[in-house]
Amino acid sequence: MLLGPSGCGKSTLLRAVNRLVPLSGGRIELGERDVASMDAVELRRGIGYAIQAVGLFTHMTVAQNVGVVPSLLGWKRGQIETRVDELLELVHLEPRRYRNRRPRQLSGGEAQRVGVARALAARPGALLMDEPFGAVDAVVRSELQRELARIVRESQTTTLFVTHDVDEALRLADRVVVVRDGRIEQTARPEDLLDDPATAYVRDLVHAGDPVYREYFAHVRELMREPA
Amino acid sequence: MRYILEHPARVAALAGAHLALVAIALAVALAIAFPIGLYAARRPRAAVWVIGALGALYTIPSLALLAVLVQAFGLGFTPIFIALVVYAQFMLARNVAAGIDGVDPAQIDAARGLGMSPAQILVRVEIPHALPVFIGGVRVAAIAMIAIATLAGYVGGGGLGALIFDGLTLHQTSMIVAGSLGASALAIAADLVLRAIERRARRSAG
Repeated sequence: MLLGPSGCGKSTLLRAVNRLVPLSGGRIELGERDVASMDAVELRRGIGYAIQAVGLFTHMTVAQNVGVVPSLLGWKRGQIETRVDELLELVHLEPRRYRNRRPRQLSGGEAQRVGVARALAARPGALLMDEPFGAVDAVVRSELQRELARIVRESQTTTLFVTHDVDEALRLADRVVVVRDGRIEQTARPEDLLDDPATAYVRDLVHAGDPVYREYFAHVRELMREPA
Repeated sequence: MRYILEHPARVAALAGAHLALVAIALAVALAIAFPIGLYAARRPRAAVWVIGALGALYTIPSLALLAVLVQAFGLGFTPIFIALVVYAQFMLARNVAAGIDGVDPAQIDAARGLGMSPAQILVRVEIPHALPVFIGGVRVAAIAMIAIATLAGYVGGGGLGALIFDGLTLHQTSMIVAGSLGASALAIAADLVLRAIERRARRSAG
Protein backbone atom coordinates (compact mmCIF):
# COMPACT_ATOMS: atom_id res chain seq x y z
CA MET A 1 0.00 0.00 0.00
CA LEU A 2 1.51 3.28 -1.10
CA LEU A 3 0.23 6.15 1.00
CA GLY A 4 0.96 9.80 0.47
CA PRO A 5 -0.41 13.20 -0.53
CA SER A 6 -1.26 13.90 -4.17
CA GLY A 7 1.78 14.69 -6.27
CA CYS A 8 4.15 12.82 -3.97
CA GLY A 9 5.12 10.26 -6.58
CA LYS A 10 3.13 7.25 -5.41
CA SER A 11 1.22 6.87 -8.70
CA THR A 12 4.43 7.29 -10.65
CA LEU A 13 5.98 4.50 -8.64
CA LEU A 14 2.99 2.26 -9.31
CA ARG A 15 3.11 3.08 -13.01
CA ALA A 16 6.80 2.22 -13.13
CA VAL A 17 5.93 -1.35 -12.14
CA ASN A 18 4.05 -2.01 -15.37
CA ARG A 19 6.36 0.33 -17.24
CA LEU A 20 3.84 3.01 -18.06
CA VAL A 21 6.59 5.35 -16.93
CA PRO A 22 10.25 4.53 -17.57
CA LEU A 23 12.71 4.14 -14.73
CA SER A 24 15.55 6.63 -14.59
CA GLY A 25 17.43 4.45 -12.14
CA GLY A 26 17.11 1.42 -9.91
CA ARG A 27 15.22 -1.74 -10.74
CA ILE A 28 11.84 -3.27 -10.10
CA GLU A 29 11.52 -7.02 -9.70
CA LEU A 30 8.34 -8.98 -10.05
CA GLY A 31 8.53 -12.65 -9.14
CA GLU A 32 12.32 -12.35 -9.21
CA ARG A 33 12.37 -11.02 -12.76
CA ASP A 34 13.49 -7.51 -13.59
CA VAL A 35 10.51 -5.83 -15.27
CA ALA A 36 12.89 -3.88 -17.52
CA SER A 37 13.98 -7.18 -19.11
CA MET A 38 10.40 -8.15 -20.00
CA ASP A 39 8.35 -7.17 -23.02
CA ALA A 40 6.21 -4.23 -21.81
CA VAL A 41 3.00 -5.44 -23.43
CA GLU A 42 3.42 -9.00 -22.10
CA LEU A 43 4.29 -7.66 -18.69
CA ARG A 44 1.14 -5.53 -18.52
CA ARG A 45 -1.11 -8.38 -19.57
CA GLY A 46 0.20 -10.36 -16.64
CA ILE A 47 -0.57 -7.61 -14.14
CA GLY A 48 -4.10 -6.55 -13.21
CA TYR A 49 -4.52 -2.80 -13.48
CA ALA A 50 -7.36 -0.83 -11.93
CA ILE A 51 -7.68 2.92 -11.90
CA GLN A 52 -10.48 5.34 -11.12
CA ALA A 53 -13.80 4.78 -12.90
CA VAL A 54 -12.71 6.83 -15.92
CA GLY A 55 -10.58 3.86 -16.90
CA LEU A 56 -13.51 1.79 -18.17
CA PHE A 57 -13.80 1.82 -21.95
CA THR A 58 -16.91 3.88 -22.61
CA HIS A 59 -17.47 2.35 -26.05
CA MET A 60 -17.60 -1.20 -24.72
CA THR A 61 -20.15 -3.06 -22.66
CA VAL A 62 -19.42 -4.21 -19.14
CA ALA A 63 -18.74 -7.73 -20.44
CA GLN A 64 -16.35 -6.45 -23.10
CA ASN A 65 -14.54 -4.34 -20.52
CA VAL A 66 -14.11 -7.24 -18.14
CA GLY A 67 -13.10 -9.57 -20.95
CA VAL A 68 -10.59 -7.27 -22.58
CA VAL A 69 -7.37 -8.78 -21.23
CA PRO A 70 -8.50 -12.41 -21.78
CA SER A 71 -9.35 -11.44 -25.36
CA LEU A 72 -5.90 -9.85 -25.78
CA LEU A 73 -4.45 -13.12 -24.53
CA GLY A 74 -6.39 -15.02 -27.15
CA TRP A 75 -8.84 -16.89 -24.91
CA LYS A 76 -11.75 -18.61 -26.65
CA ARG A 77 -15.05 -16.78 -26.73
CA GLY A 78 -16.90 -19.25 -24.52
CA GLN A 79 -14.06 -19.24 -22.03
CA ILE A 80 -14.19 -15.44 -21.84
CA GLU A 81 -17.97 -15.41 -21.34
CA THR A 82 -17.77 -17.91 -18.51
CA ARG A 83 -14.97 -15.95 -16.86
CA VAL A 84 -16.84 -12.65 -17.21
CA ASP A 85 -19.93 -14.04 -15.48
CA GLU A 86 -17.78 -15.56 -12.76
CA LEU A 87 -16.09 -12.21 -12.13
CA LEU A 88 -19.30 -10.21 -12.16
CA GLU A 89 -20.64 -12.53 -9.49
CA LEU A 90 -17.42 -12.17 -7.54
CA VAL A 91 -17.90 -8.39 -7.40
CA HIS A 92 -21.62 -8.80 -6.70
CA LEU A 93 -23.02 -7.58 -9.99
CA GLU A 94 -25.73 -9.83 -11.37
CA PRO A 95 -24.29 -10.95 -14.74
CA ARG A 96 -27.60 -11.05 -16.59
CA ARG A 97 -28.43 -7.51 -15.53
CA TYR A 98 -25.03 -5.95 -16.01
CA ARG A 99 -23.29 -7.83 -18.83
CA ASN A 100 -24.63 -5.64 -21.64
CA ARG A 101 -24.68 -2.31 -19.89
CA ARG A 102 -22.45 0.56 -20.90
CA PRO A 103 -20.20 2.27 -18.35
CA ARG A 104 -22.32 5.42 -18.52
CA GLN A 105 -25.30 3.40 -17.31
CA LEU A 106 -23.49 2.44 -14.10
CA SER A 107 -23.33 4.18 -10.75
CA GLY A 108 -19.91 5.17 -9.42
CA GLY A 109 -19.77 2.13 -7.16
CA GLU A 110 -20.84 -0.27 -9.91
CA ALA A 111 -18.22 1.15 -12.26
CA GLN A 112 -15.52 0.61 -9.63
CA ARG A 113 -16.64 -3.00 -9.22
CA VAL A 114 -16.37 -3.53 -12.95
CA GLY A 115 -12.90 -1.97 -12.84
CA VAL A 116 -11.82 -4.44 -10.17
CA ALA A 117 -13.35 -7.35 -12.10
CA ARG A 118 -11.51 -6.27 -15.23
CA ALA A 119 -8.20 -6.11 -13.37
CA LEU A 120 -8.70 -9.66 -12.07
CA ALA A 121 -9.96 -11.12 -15.35
CA ALA A 122 -6.92 -13.01 -16.57
CA ARG A 123 -5.92 -14.23 -13.09
CA PRO A 124 -2.92 -11.92 -12.95
CA GLY A 125 0.09 -12.66 -10.81
CA ALA A 126 -0.08 -9.18 -9.35
CA LEU A 127 -2.55 -6.31 -9.09
CA LEU A 128 -1.88 -2.61 -9.40
CA MET A 129 -4.62 -0.36 -8.10
CA ASP A 130 -4.43 3.41 -8.34
CA GLU A 131 -7.06 4.93 -6.07
CA PRO A 132 -9.62 2.48 -7.45
CA PHE A 133 -12.26 3.71 -5.01
CA GLY A 134 -11.50 7.40 -5.35
CA ALA A 135 -14.76 8.39 -6.99
CA VAL A 136 -17.33 6.87 -4.65
CA ASP A 137 -18.95 8.01 -1.44
CA ALA A 138 -17.79 6.79 1.95
CA VAL A 139 -20.47 4.12 2.46
CA VAL A 140 -19.90 2.47 -0.91
CA ARG A 141 -16.16 2.79 -0.47
CA SER A 142 -16.04 0.86 2.79
CA GLU A 143 -18.22 -1.83 1.23
CA LEU A 144 -15.87 -2.07 -1.75
CA GLN A 145 -12.86 -2.13 0.55
CA ARG A 146 -14.23 -5.10 2.46
CA GLU A 147 -14.93 -6.94 -0.77
CA LEU A 148 -11.50 -6.18 -2.15
CA ALA A 149 -9.92 -7.43 1.05
CA ARG A 150 -11.89 -10.67 0.65
CA ILE A 151 -11.04 -11.06 -3.05
CA VAL A 152 -7.35 -10.41 -2.55
CA ARG A 153 -7.26 -12.79 0.42
CA GLU A 154 -9.07 -15.54 -1.49
CA SER A 155 -7.07 -15.16 -4.70
CA GLN A 156 -3.76 -14.66 -2.88
CA THR A 157 -2.80 -11.95 -5.35
CA THR A 158 0.06 -9.62 -4.52
CA THR A 159 -1.45 -6.16 -4.68
CA LEU A 160 0.15 -2.78 -4.87
CA PHE A 161 -2.43 -0.17 -3.96
CA VAL A 162 -2.10 3.60 -4.16
CA THR A 163 -4.14 5.86 -1.94
CA HIS A 164 -4.00 9.24 -0.29
CA ASP A 165 -6.55 8.09 2.28
CA VAL A 166 -4.89 7.17 5.58
CA ASP A 167 -7.97 5.34 6.71
CA GLU A 168 -8.02 3.20 3.56
CA ALA A 169 -4.32 2.37 3.89
CA LEU A 170 -4.59 1.33 7.53
CA ARG A 171 -7.68 -0.75 6.84
CA LEU A 172 -6.44 -2.72 3.86
CA ALA A 173 -2.68 -2.88 4.01
CA ASP A 174 -0.36 -5.64 5.08
CA ARG A 175 2.45 -3.15 4.72
CA VAL A 176 2.18 0.59 4.26
CA VAL A 177 4.78 2.62 2.39
CA VAL A 178 4.44 6.27 3.29
CA VAL A 179 5.65 8.44 0.40
CA ARG A 180 6.27 12.15 0.50
CA ASP A 181 7.93 14.38 -2.11
CA GLY A 182 9.22 11.37 -4.03
CA ARG A 183 10.88 9.81 -0.98
CA ILE A 184 9.84 6.94 1.25
CA GLU A 185 9.23 8.14 4.80
CA GLN A 186 8.56 4.74 6.29
CA THR A 187 7.67 1.18 5.37
CA ALA A 188 5.84 -0.73 8.07
CA ARG A 189 2.86 -2.81 9.06
CA PRO A 190 -0.12 -0.59 9.92
CA GLU A 191 0.18 -1.37 13.64
CA ASP A 192 3.86 -0.48 13.64
CA LEU A 193 3.14 2.73 11.82
CA LEU A 194 0.82 3.73 14.63
CA ASP A 195 3.10 2.50 17.41
CA ASP A 196 6.43 3.52 16.04
CA PRO A 197 6.29 6.29 13.41
CA ALA A 198 9.72 6.92 11.90
CA THR A 199 9.30 10.64 11.26
CA ALA A 200 7.26 13.55 12.50
CA TYR A 201 5.41 13.56 9.18
CA VAL A 202 4.27 9.96 9.63
CA ARG A 203 3.30 10.62 13.22
CA ASP A 204 1.03 13.49 12.24
CA LEU A 205 -0.32 11.65 9.23
CA VAL A 206 -1.55 8.62 11.17
CA HIS A 207 -2.31 10.41 14.44
CA ALA A 208 0.22 8.14 16.11
CA GLY A 209 0.15 8.16 19.87
CA ASP A 210 -3.57 8.76 19.92
CA PRO A 211 -4.94 5.73 21.75
CA VAL A 212 -8.41 6.24 20.32
CA TYR A 213 -7.09 5.83 16.78
CA ARG A 214 -5.10 2.78 17.76
CA GLU A 215 -8.22 1.15 19.19
CA TYR A 216 -10.28 2.16 16.22
CA PHE A 217 -7.95 0.67 13.65
CA ALA A 218 -7.41 -2.53 15.60
CA HIS A 219 -11.17 -2.91 15.62
CA VAL A 220 -11.63 -2.03 11.94
CA ARG A 221 -8.92 -4.45 10.84
CA GLU A 222 -10.55 -7.18 12.87
CA LEU A 223 -13.80 -6.46 11.04
CA MET A 224 -12.07 -6.50 7.66
CA ARG A 225 -10.82 -10.00 8.30
CA GLU A 226 -14.28 -11.36 8.92
CA PRO A 227 -16.19 -12.68 5.94
CA ALA A 228 -18.69 -10.13 4.64
CA MET B 1 -38.64 20.93 -63.02
CA ARG B 2 -40.15 20.17 -66.38
CA TYR B 3 -37.04 18.33 -67.57
CA ILE B 4 -37.02 16.08 -64.53
CA LEU B 5 -40.69 15.21 -65.04
CA GLU B 6 -40.20 14.54 -68.74
CA HIS B 7 -36.96 12.56 -68.48
CA PRO B 8 -37.01 10.96 -65.06
CA ALA B 9 -35.00 7.94 -66.20
CA ARG B 10 -32.18 10.02 -67.64
CA VAL B 11 -31.99 12.27 -64.57
CA ALA B 12 -32.00 9.23 -62.29
CA ALA B 13 -29.26 7.54 -64.32
CA LEU B 14 -27.11 10.70 -64.24
CA ALA B 15 -27.74 11.07 -60.51
CA GLY B 16 -26.66 7.47 -60.03
CA ALA B 17 -23.47 8.05 -62.04
CA HIS B 18 -22.85 11.25 -60.04
CA LEU B 19 -23.20 9.41 -56.77
CA ALA B 20 -21.00 6.54 -57.96
CA LEU B 21 -18.25 8.98 -58.97
CA VAL B 22 -18.39 10.66 -55.56
CA ALA B 23 -18.55 7.36 -53.69
CA ILE B 24 -15.52 5.88 -55.46
CA ALA B 25 -13.54 9.09 -55.09
CA LEU B 26 -14.52 9.29 -51.42
CA ALA B 27 -13.42 5.72 -50.75
CA VAL B 28 -10.05 6.26 -52.40
CA ALA B 29 -9.65 9.67 -50.73
CA LEU B 30 -10.33 8.12 -47.35
CA ALA B 31 -7.77 5.39 -47.92
CA ILE B 32 -5.18 8.09 -48.57
CA ALA B 33 -6.34 10.58 -45.93
CA PHE B 34 -6.48 8.07 -43.09
CA PRO B 35 -2.73 7.38 -42.89
CA ILE B 36 -2.00 11.07 -43.44
CA GLY B 37 -4.36 12.06 -40.63
CA LEU B 38 -2.93 9.38 -38.37
CA TYR B 39 0.59 10.62 -39.04
CA ALA B 40 -0.54 14.16 -38.27
CA ALA B 41 -2.12 13.03 -34.99
CA ARG B 42 1.08 11.25 -33.92
CA ARG B 43 3.42 14.09 -34.95
CA PRO B 44 1.77 17.36 -33.92
CA ARG B 45 4.73 19.43 -35.14
CA ALA B 46 4.69 17.89 -38.60
CA ALA B 47 0.89 18.08 -38.59
CA VAL B 48 0.93 21.86 -38.97
CA TRP B 49 2.81 21.47 -42.26
CA VAL B 50 0.93 18.44 -43.54
CA ILE B 51 -2.54 19.81 -42.89
CA GLY B 52 -1.34 23.24 -44.05
CA ALA B 53 -0.19 21.80 -47.37
CA LEU B 54 -3.50 20.03 -47.87
CA GLY B 55 -5.27 23.27 -46.99
CA ALA B 56 -3.26 25.05 -49.68
CA LEU B 57 -4.31 22.41 -52.25
CA TYR B 58 -7.87 22.96 -51.14
CA THR B 59 -7.68 26.67 -52.01
CA ILE B 60 -6.83 26.02 -55.69
CA PRO B 61 -9.99 26.83 -57.68
CA SER B 62 -11.48 23.53 -58.77
CA LEU B 63 -11.87 24.66 -62.37
CA ALA B 64 -8.18 25.59 -62.57
CA LEU B 65 -7.09 22.28 -61.10
CA LEU B 66 -9.37 20.45 -63.47
CA ALA B 67 -7.89 22.30 -66.46
CA VAL B 68 -4.41 21.16 -65.47
CA LEU B 69 -5.59 17.59 -64.94
CA VAL B 70 -7.30 17.50 -68.32
CA GLN B 71 -4.02 18.58 -69.91
CA ALA B 72 -2.33 15.67 -68.21
CA PHE B 73 -4.93 12.92 -68.42
CA GLY B 74 -7.29 13.93 -71.21
CA LEU B 75 -11.07 14.18 -70.89
CA GLY B 76 -13.33 11.75 -69.04
CA PHE B 77 -13.43 10.14 -65.63
CA THR B 78 -9.76 10.39 -64.61
CA PRO B 79 -9.28 14.18 -64.21
CA ILE B 80 -12.46 14.75 -62.20
CA PHE B 81 -11.76 11.67 -60.10
CA ILE B 82 -8.29 12.94 -59.21
CA ALA B 83 -9.60 16.43 -58.51
CA LEU B 84 -12.20 15.07 -56.10
CA VAL B 85 -9.66 12.92 -54.28
CA VAL B 86 -7.30 15.90 -53.94
CA TYR B 87 -10.01 18.23 -52.64
CA ALA B 88 -11.26 15.76 -50.07
CA GLN B 89 -7.82 15.28 -48.50
CA PHE B 90 -7.90 18.44 -46.45
CA MET B 91 -11.29 17.82 -44.86
CA LEU B 92 -10.75 14.10 -44.33
CA ALA B 93 -7.18 14.17 -43.05
CA ARG B 94 -7.93 17.08 -40.75
CA ASN B 95 -10.84 15.25 -39.16
CA VAL B 96 -8.93 11.98 -38.85
CA ALA B 97 -6.19 13.87 -36.99
CA ALA B 98 -8.69 15.78 -34.85
CA GLY B 99 -10.61 12.61 -34.06
CA ILE B 100 -7.55 10.70 -32.91
CA ASP B 101 -6.23 13.72 -31.03
CA GLY B 102 -9.52 14.15 -29.21
CA VAL B 103 -9.65 10.69 -27.63
CA ASP B 104 -9.70 10.94 -23.83
CA PRO B 105 -6.12 10.26 -22.63
CA ALA B 106 -7.52 8.25 -19.69
CA GLN B 107 -8.92 5.71 -22.17
CA ILE B 108 -5.53 5.34 -23.84
CA ASP B 109 -3.79 5.07 -20.50
CA ALA B 110 -6.14 2.28 -19.41
CA ALA B 111 -5.57 0.50 -22.72
CA ARG B 112 -1.79 0.66 -22.31
CA GLY B 113 -1.98 -0.38 -18.68
CA LEU B 114 -4.02 -3.45 -19.57
CA GLY B 115 -1.42 -4.50 -22.12
CA MET B 116 -2.74 -3.42 -25.51
CA SER B 117 -0.11 -2.97 -28.21
CA PRO B 118 -0.08 0.35 -30.09
CA ALA B 119 -1.93 -1.28 -33.00
CA GLN B 120 -4.56 -2.71 -30.66
CA ILE B 121 -4.99 0.66 -28.98
CA LEU B 122 -5.61 2.18 -32.41
CA VAL B 123 -8.14 -0.41 -33.53
CA ARG B 124 -9.88 -1.18 -30.26
CA VAL B 125 -9.90 2.22 -28.56
CA GLU B 126 -8.85 5.16 -30.68
CA ILE B 127 -10.82 4.43 -33.85
CA PRO B 128 -14.10 3.63 -32.06
CA HIS B 129 -13.79 6.87 -30.09
CA ALA B 130 -12.76 8.98 -33.06
CA LEU B 131 -15.37 7.53 -35.42
CA PRO B 132 -17.98 10.30 -34.98
CA VAL B 133 -15.37 12.92 -35.89
CA PHE B 134 -14.21 10.83 -38.89
CA ILE B 135 -17.77 10.57 -40.10
CA GLY B 136 -18.23 14.31 -39.61
CA GLY B 137 -15.30 14.81 -41.98
CA VAL B 138 -16.74 12.35 -44.48
CA ARG B 139 -20.04 14.22 -44.37
CA VAL B 140 -18.50 17.62 -45.08
CA ALA B 141 -16.25 16.13 -47.77
CA ALA B 142 -19.14 14.28 -49.42
CA ILE B 143 -21.24 17.42 -49.68
CA ALA B 144 -18.37 19.41 -51.20
CA MET B 145 -17.55 16.55 -53.56
CA ILE B 146 -21.13 16.28 -54.78
CA ALA B 147 -20.97 19.96 -55.71
CA ILE B 148 -17.52 19.77 -57.31
CA ALA B 149 -18.46 16.61 -59.19
CA THR B 150 -20.85 18.65 -61.34
CA LEU B 151 -17.68 19.78 -63.15
CA ALA B 152 -17.47 16.24 -64.47
CA GLY B 153 -20.08 17.36 -66.98
CA TYR B 154 -17.56 19.87 -68.33
CA VAL B 155 -14.83 17.31 -68.97
CA GLY B 156 -17.02 14.46 -70.19
CA GLY B 157 -16.99 12.61 -66.88
CA GLY B 158 -20.76 12.21 -66.74
CA GLY B 159 -23.07 12.82 -63.81
CA LEU B 160 -25.60 15.58 -63.20
CA GLY B 161 -23.10 18.19 -64.37
CA ALA B 162 -23.71 16.92 -67.90
CA LEU B 163 -27.24 18.33 -67.69
CA ILE B 164 -25.97 21.69 -66.51
CA PHE B 165 -23.33 22.05 -69.22
CA ASP B 166 -25.57 20.66 -71.97
CA GLY B 167 -28.29 23.04 -70.83
CA LEU B 168 -25.84 25.94 -71.02
CA THR B 169 -24.84 24.95 -74.56
CA LEU B 170 -28.40 24.39 -75.71
CA HIS B 171 -29.89 27.35 -73.79
CA GLN B 172 -32.22 24.93 -72.03
CA THR B 173 -32.84 26.47 -68.62
CA SER B 174 -34.90 23.51 -67.46
CA MET B 175 -31.93 21.19 -68.03
CA ILE B 176 -29.70 23.46 -65.96
CA VAL B 177 -32.30 23.56 -63.22
CA ALA B 178 -32.71 19.79 -63.35
CA GLY B 179 -28.95 19.24 -62.96
CA SER B 180 -28.64 21.78 -60.16
CA LEU B 181 -31.69 20.56 -58.27
CA GLY B 182 -30.51 16.99 -58.62
CA ALA B 183 -27.07 17.79 -57.25
CA SER B 184 -28.57 19.76 -54.36
CA ALA B 185 -30.94 16.92 -53.56
CA LEU B 186 -28.04 14.46 -53.52
CA ALA B 187 -26.05 16.74 -51.22
CA ILE B 188 -28.96 17.17 -48.83
CA ALA B 189 -29.65 13.43 -48.80
CA ALA B 190 -25.98 12.64 -48.16
CA ASP B 191 -25.97 15.16 -45.33
CA LEU B 192 -29.02 13.62 -43.68
CA VAL B 193 -27.81 10.03 -44.00
CA LEU B 194 -24.31 10.78 -42.75
CA ARG B 195 -25.65 12.89 -39.88
CA ALA B 196 -27.73 9.92 -38.76
CA ILE B 197 -24.70 7.63 -38.94
CA GLU B 198 -22.63 10.19 -37.06
CA ARG B 199 -25.22 10.32 -34.27
CA ARG B 200 -25.22 6.56 -33.96
CA ALA B 201 -21.44 6.46 -33.82
CA ARG B 202 -21.48 9.14 -31.14
CA ARG B 203 -23.86 7.10 -29.03
CA SER B 204 -21.83 3.94 -29.31
CA ALA B 205 -18.60 5.77 -28.48
CA GLY B 206 -20.21 6.35 -25.07
